[in-house]
Amino acid sequence: MIVAESLGKEFRDKKRGAIRAVENLSFCCTPGQVYGLLGANGAGKTTALRMLATILAPTSGTASVAGFDIRREPEKARQNSGFLSTATALYGRLTALEMVEYFGCLYGLDRATSRQRALALFERLDIDSFRDRRCEDLSTGMKQRVSIARTLVHDPPVMIFDEPTSGLDVISARTIVAFIRECGESGKTVIFSTHVMSEAEKLCHKIGIIHDGRLLAEGSLQELRARYGHDDLEEIFMRVVGT
Amino acid sequence: MNLRNIRVVYRKELMDSLRDRRTVISMIVVPIFLMPVLTIFVGVLSARLIGRALLQVPSVMIIGAENSPRILAELRGLPDVQVVPTTPDYAQQIVDRKIRAAVEIPSDFDAIIARGETAQVRIDMYQGEINSGFGADKLQKFFRDFRERTIRERLDAHHLPENLATPIVVEETNVAPPEKVGGVVLGGLVPYFVIILSLTGTMYPAMDLTVGEKERGTIETILCSPISRTSLVLGKFLMVLTASLSTAALAIASMGLTLAAAGKMVGGIGQISDLGLQFQITPKAVIWVFVMVVPLAVLFSAALLAISLFAKSFKEAQSYLSPLTILVVAPAIVSILPGVELNARLSLIPILNTSLVSKEIVSGTYHWNYVALIFGSSCVYAAVALWVAIRLFQREDVLFRI
Repeated sequence: MIVAESLGKEFRDKKRGAIRAVENLSFCCTPGQVYGLLGANGAGKTTALRMLATILAPTSGTASVAGFDIRREPEKARQNSGFLSTATALYGRLTALEMVEYFGCLYGLDRATSRQRALALFERLDIDSFRDRRCEDLSTGMKQRVSIARTLVHDPPVMIFDEPTSGLDVISARTIVAFIRECGESGKTVIFSTHVMSEAEKLCHKIGIIHDGRLLAEGSLQELRARYGHDDLEEIFMRVVGT
Repeated sequence: MNLRNIRVVYRKELMDSLRDRRTVISMIVVPIFLMPVLTIFVGVLSARLIGRALLQVPSVMIIGAENSPRILAELRGLPDVQVVPTTPDYAQQIVDRKIRAAVEIPSDFDAIIARGETAQVRIDMYQGEINSGFGADKLQKFFRDFRERTIRERLDAHHLPENLATPIVVEETNVAPPEKVGGVVLGGLVPYFVIILSLTGTMYPAMDLTVGEKERGTIETILCSPISRTSLVLGKFLMVLTASLSTAALAIASMGLTLAAAGKMVGGIGQISDLGLQFQITPKAVIWVFVMVVPLAVLFSAALLAISLFAKSFKEAQSYLSPLTILVVAPAIVSILPGVELNARLSLIPILNTSLVSKEIVSGTYHWNYVALIFGSSCVYAAVALWVAIRLFQREDVLFRI
């Protein structure tokens, strides 16, 4: 489960002064639910998800991830979550198997268990044929599958995806979308950010529309349609952000 | 901080780095081959140049001596000198390297000698030019022999003993142990190379493990794992330290073997006795130089890790680290300068202190109080640099300064 309570993040910039990237963000995402954070570029989605992944520390408010407070117990929050974005690259000089094994070890698994888990995931994700190839030699789609295995090696109850399909071709994007759906169906708590409306429509049980760092609307797709009198999510989004 | 996690990160970073060609070159190839290649290159080149110069018959010009047929005949009869016709622009010809040297002789030289007086002879040469030097040497030798012959003739004419003109014979002998003589010659050079190489060995891995991760986008991947940032930086630091120490160790081993081989080639095991120089570095000195380099390697590793992490890109990191090389080279060079002796004040100046104490160690002198002071102060500097690196890894504005 993810619970965000008045989460905020302010950056200091020498030229522009204080910049509020996220302001007073509160929401709740329960196990088995896929929560979509919908927003334009620069809306604050990445900052919000980086705070949930404890890569960035909030300047106000807090959140709990899998029951662990991100301020007080960031390492436990990370231990119980998997984070995937197009910015989370792979180590090029490691093979696919070494990469996933390494992360298994970082998540506290011993080498044997880590390897066992990696091999099981490789079979499931069809990585076996290229498991001993260096990550730098893999195609984008192959890399994405290895990244998925990396986020799942410790079987976390919470999954955080930051624009996971950004820059991917249709086939690779479909693999990711299927994977997110599978995570939700297997009872994991899933939050993902996107600006692709169709992905949100396909996957999300709940959608939060974020703009200028603030959550402006939240609800299921049906609730949002009823509230704003439109079937098209793009139209709803435009009305919410007011442009 | 978790020792297991530090080990996991270290193992991965070591494996990752050893697969990187650039790291392997700076960490293994350069320290192993730099010294032998330099020695062979400089040795072969200078042997060739000197050999060629020695084989050449230098052209020399005789100025004056118009009324002195005896000296003229003797000079023209020299087998290893070619006397060329006299021209007034002889000085310019030496500068233009058309002739190697010229000798200015008084026109009545023969008469002066015959009268038992002193004749003034001047040899003109191009200072610092090897061929001109050899030409002038041959003229010098001729006039030295001529002078001795004349003294003997004059003494003989007065029925005086030959040793009358030689009241004192001065002889120089070296009583210093071989390693001390070697130490004076090599004392500055060995730590200089070791210090420079332990820095250059650190540079690439330090950049690769920090700003390299930023550029490749793996920094975010590693930060979302549960490992603490302190464990992460310590794992990376140990890898960079490994690179630095292995570079230093390989450089020391390579230098030892090269010098031993060079000594063997010239004469005697580890000695270049034919040249009057004896180069010997004892195993004890090698171990102590390495011990003194350890805290310096820690300082380099932590400082370079911190600086590289601060950079936005590889290019920016390189622009920060290049001036650092000069900062390290400068004190290392100062330590080679004659007259710079180790004292309590200099013992506190990082790099210079290690360089100076290593110089003493190589020459067989162990001032244990300075060794302890330098090791202690270097450890303090290293600890501060490591603390800064750990602090920087906690700062979001540094980690995400892209």
